[in-house]
Amino acid sequence: MKLLTVNFLSCPLKSCKTSPKSFPLHFKDVEVVADPEGAPYNREMLLGLLPRVEWGALVGSARELGFTGLPGEKPEGEGVEEEILRGVWEVLVQTQVVSGKLVCGSCGYEFGIQAGIANFLLPGHLV
Amino acid sequence: MSQLFNDLQDASAETYEAQHVHKVYEIIAPHFSATRFKPWPIVEKFLKELPTGSVGLDIGCGNGKYMTVNPNIFIIGSDRSRNLVDIASTQRHHEAIVADALNLPHPCNFFDFAISIAVVHHFSSNDRRVAALKSIISTLRPVTGHDNDNGGKALIYVWALEQKNSRRGWDENSKQDVFVPWVMEKKFSGSRDKNPPTTGKTQAEETYQRYYHLYRQGELEKDIIAAGGIVCNSGYEKDNWWAVVQNRVQG
Repeated sequence: MKLLTVNFLSCPLKSCKTSPKSFPLHFKDVEVVADPEGAPYNREMLLGLLPRVEWGALVGSARELGFTGLPGEKPEGEGVEEEILRGVWEVLVQTQVVSGKLVCGSCGYEFGIQAGIANFLLPGHLV
Repeated sequence: MSQLFNDLQDASAETYEAQHVHKVYEIIAPHFSATRFKPWPIVEKFLKELPTGSVGLDIGCGNGKYMTVNPNIFIIGSDRSRNLVDIASTQRHHEAIVADALNLPHPCNFFDFAISIAVVHHFSSNDRRVAALKSIISTLRPVTGHDNDNGGKALIYVWALEQKNSRRGWDENSKQDVFVPWVMEKKFSGSRDKNPPTTGKTQAEETYQRYYHLYRQGELEKDIIAAGGIVCNSGYEKDNWWAVVQNRVQG
């Protein structure tokens, strides 16, 4: 799973939807690898999607994976340095969480990630 | 037979879908994926017209065939079938997760777009189909004020009852709740299931049945409205009814 994705995920339990603690989900016991062969740098796409990113949450998620290099403020505007954008792209899109868990801060449920794929199916009694 | 399909309680509906939808897709995944490679024109157009940097969902993404149509948008695909998500994950520009359309792991009122192609018709009661639509629609950024352009949009496709010229030949007089066979070529079977449901025709193949609710003309729009959505546009393409939908601000 790319780091960027966790910024668009929250707990699937209906009762957690109204709790602010259900976003972002928290990484636990993760194995992370660099994926330089992943999506190639796309400046226009990054600039286009940054407005959708919850930056504070993203910085927190990155820290959970051991990345402390993201800028404290969201890079904005056309004048942002290329080097900064490339660095952001690398952390957001060219890293892979291969295995681990995503934990809901509200209900505590742990969703597994295996072979880079997260599984959000709930056992029947929780639905 | 129609009484069996009507008024299913949710728990038995889930068991019904587990048997007649989810289990089947897990078994047929590699063969199914091999036949799903050409994007339908209206879906392709919808995706290609999205602004660069749009973030959205493919709910029921299957083998991920729509996820690479537009390289300038970010899509999170989800599917109930782990085996299909495995295939969808082999492209590395997007993300694919295992999730149920009725319990999506996404924030509400947020995304620029969603697509859900040939998914909602697998839910075995009207309540569950409306719930699935509500789940999809609620992920979209709502429209505000009078300018509908600022809201997110979802494109939904479901199989049509009215497809007299297709190989199945259903029309408005056919039953809406049907089983559709999938003949699995032996070369695609692994050792996934020791006792698969089968009415195989030859020694080389096995047949699996998938449950579908075939949508009647106008029914998709009705279900979308029942789900609290706004119908922007709708039509018929290649034996499917489709609709473009928006989310309204709740309350």
